[in-house]
Amino acid sequence: MARIVLTKPDIDRALTRIGHEIVESQRGRTGLVFLGIPTRGVFLARRLAEIVARIEPQEIAVGTLDVTMFRDDIQQKSTRATAPTDIPASGIDGTTVILVDDVLYSGRTVRAALDAITALGRPDVVRFAVLVDRGHRELPIRADFVGKNLPSAVDERVNVSLTEVDGTDEVSIA
Amino acid sequence: MKHLISTRDLSRAEAIGLLDTTADMVDVRGRDVKKLPTLRGKTVANVFFEDSTRTRLSFEAAALALSADVSTLTAQGSSVSKGESLKDTLQTLEAMGADYIVLRHSHSGVAATVATSGWTDAHVVNAGDGTHEHPTQALLDAFTMRSRLSGATARGAGLDGANIVIVGDIAHSRVARSNVWLLNTLGASVTLAAPKTLLPKDITEWGVSTAHTLDEALDGDPDVVMTLRIQKERMSSGYFPSESEYSRFWGMTSNRSARLKDTAIVMHPGPMNRGLEIAGDVADSARSTVTEQVRNGVAARMAVLYTLTGAQS
Repeated sequence: MARIVLTKPDIDRALTRIGHEIVESQRGRTGLVFLGIPTRGVFLARRLAEIVARIEPQEIAVGTLDVTMFRDDIQQKSTRATAPTDIPASGIDGTTVILVDDVLYSGRTVRAALDAITALGRPDVVRFAVLVDRGHRELPIRADFVGKNLPSAVDERVNVSLTEVDGTDEVSIA
Repeated sequence: MKHLISTRDLSRAEAIGLLDTTADMVDVRGRDVKKLPTLRGKTVANVFFEDSTRTRLSFEAAALALSADVSTLTAQGSSVSKGESLKDTLQTLEAMGADYIVLRHSHSGVAATVATSGWTDAHVVNAGDGTHEHPTQALLDAFTMRSRLSGATARGAGLDGANIVIVGDIAHSRVARSNVWLLNTLGASVTLAAPKTLLPKDITEWGVSTAHTLDEALDGDPDVVMTLRIQKERMSSGYFPSESEYSRFWGMTSNRSARLKDTAIVMHPGPMNRGLEIAGDVADSARSTVTEQVRNGVAARMAVLYTLTGAQS
């Protein structure tokens, strides 16, 4: 049975809090670039960018970072479809990149994302925001901004639904 | 997908997936850092029993762009010229650790034989087998058409309703065969224009229309005209009276190019016989996608190598 752990108001509140934390962590630095990891990270990145712009109006870029070709499990898993990478035309050199994903689990996606970023340029700072941290890290990686820490068993599935793709905002565990 | 032997084996979803990945690889090729770590530690063996410039270089570039190691074997200058059998050559490559075998051979069906023989565990990519198939050429062609015809809305789309003319030596052309199967899968309608002597005998089975002159085919107002090379090396007897006669009825001349609608494109897989199947000024015009096809070829082959890599379900 799926148990709902975050409802739409919970998700909204978590993202708003993360938005405040991002502004606080900026310490006057400008040039924010939100890069979402497909699929759901992309929509979370857009929402966070809007929230941050509301809290502290500034120029913010939003893009997409596909990490598929940088993964370390390409041979072990069946082929994943690639997605377009879309970064600001001016590049990411010297910017503050906020990587955004829906779930943090083994940390391998983030590792791949860091390599993907390196291939695109050299930001001043890279930070990582995630809606749900479910634990079970396999690499020394942690998130800078977490919507919800969700202790889980390895055989459980965490499902993130977002209105933009799934028609509803909800996080459940089964 | 473990091997890529024929475009006939591709479902519509697989074909569109390959085109979408090709688009992502084109983006990578446009970046400062053009290399991906995807196939680090893997070896791609390019085995070319038949001459090739662009296909071999294109596969090499694709493999290198994915960080694979590449070894290239051509029939000249190898033990093949001492009479080593295909099986022995391939098992030697396998023993040296080839994970992918990109194979071109003058005999139809060789790639399929190698893939099913049990001689090797490697992924086999058909880079042209006789007059049978050349699937990566068809993928790069379809990708080029889709980008030119649909532009920004191309992702996820097929070629539904596109009107495509392929003109030239259909009978001897593996490019035509692979293209026809793939274009049918993608929903395009295909017209083949050729002298009767250069149309295959089983053409009624192909699900295409035919025209006996290029002008007749152009009456259908095509979106794409793909000209094929007259393959002098595969022509033992006279299939048409003379080169000037061929050019007169089936050549893509400047006058014929002027008949096309503004958005129509003219393609050629190369190498071109300028002045025979395609006029020089048409090949150099804005309609021509010849260099684009070469550029897209590397990306399409990257997409193929990547797509074959995942664990087989």
